[in-house]
Amino acid sequence: MPKITYIEHIGKSHTIDIPKGLSVMEGAIQNNIPGIDADCGGGMACATCHVYVKEEWFDKLPKKEDGEEDMIDMAYEPNKFSRLSCQLIVSNELEGLVVNLPEKQA
Amino acid sequence: MINTDVLVIGAGPTGLFCVHQLGIIGLKCEVVDNLDKRGGQCIELYPDKPIFDIPAISECTGEELTNSLIEQIKPFKTNFHLSDRVEEIKKNNNNWLIKTIKGKEFKASSIIIAGGVGSFEPRKFSVKECEKFEGKEILYSVKDKSIFKDKTVSIFGGGDSALDWTIELSNNSKVQLIHRRDEFRGVQSSVNKVKQLEKEGKVEILTQYQLSSVKGENKIKSIEIKHDDGSIKKIETNYVLGFFGLIMKLGPIVNWGLNLDKKHIPVNTENFETNQKGIFAIGDICTYPGKVKLILSGFHEGALAARGCFKYARPDEKLRFEFSTTSKSIHERLGVKK
Repeated sequence: MPKITYIEHIGKSHTIDIPKGLSVMEGAIQNNIPGIDADCGGGMACATCHVYVKEEWFDKLPKKEDGEEDMIDMAYEPNKFSRLSCQLIVSNELEGLVVNLPEKQA
Repeated sequence: MINTDVLVIGAGPTGLFCVHQLGIIGLKCEVVDNLDKRGGQCIELYPDKPIFDIPAISECTGEELTNSLIEQIKPFKTNFHLSDRVEEIKKNNNNWLIKTIKGKEFKASSIIIAGGVGSFEPRKFSVKECEKFEGKEILYSVKDKSIFKDKTVSIFGGGDSALDWTIELSNNSKVQLIHRRDEFRGVQSSVNKVKQLEKEGKVEILTQYQLSSVKGENKIKSIEIKHDDGSIKKIETNYVLGFFGLIMKLGPIVNWGLNLDKKHIPVNTENFETNQKGIFAIGDICTYPGKVKLILSGFHEGALAARGCFKYARPDEKLRFEFSTTSKSIHERLGVKK
């Protein structure tokens, strides 16, 4: 299983094996990682699963679909490495992905 | 004080269909919702997006689904209390006493919470100092546009609300439109109009900027905005408007003595009752092993919760199971003509 690292805003790091096919958001929810709310459940409709992807990873990820950037407009303190974790599907290519979590989601 | 059998909190698809199920078994209900219209997330978050997994409906939009559900419950002539929010509930013998922020009071034997992920509230600026100006010079909605006349207004956001207010206020105010990226997500005609106003010198557009600080004692004097490249720009301004859409907040529900699992209310799957007798939770807000957040799950949960309310509303009666195809009493309740 690919290992995904979630780093909380306070710096606490969680590296977890996430089954392929789940989203990075679901991986966080199922493992009780604090800092991801995912209010809408993965529908790209709420921007509360917002993460900052480590710079070296950002260009390796599948590009944003229509609508994701629009939702990121509403996220809490977005920057150019912002993604919605519900749109990042865990696969072998994502082995070792590191995401930083914002201070809060809203 | 309004007397009813069941108070339903939330007028999203789950709450609306639950009204139907309550009506079918002959229980009266009243519905309270924080939004100014019915439909919940369907109408607020994705009115135009197609839904493909409603049983027997291959495809419909959030708005169409809402309208069909409203049509289906028409026979019950249910009262909806919109733009209001349940604030307080109190047990009183065999009833619940319920109070809203607008001061409405209800007495009901059961409460069904169909509250989605909570009530919608505007998303706010992340900058700490904003708090002391919110509701005064920092606003997330406009109630009285005359206050902006001949003032400087800094509008943040990239959607239709930000664009529409930029266009509207540019007539009588000095307006800056500030957005975190170059693209705007509002309708193209509004984007074009705003760009035209910029050319005419009536609006200033500042992109790749976000709010970084607010200065002022009792009133705002200026704000600072930070560019993606790190540079800071200072703007003298009178009002700051933020349009970042809505966020769902659980709100007062956390004070009602209900068990909570993160932001969800655990229920049993027999009748979707919570740890509090007579309080049920259905739809996105409830959780149980195997829960999936589908609208169709909310429909099922509402059907069972409605029947769960029966024993509180009619303690001396037994609910007889009936089919809508053949039941005379159901036909009467629906006003079906022979």
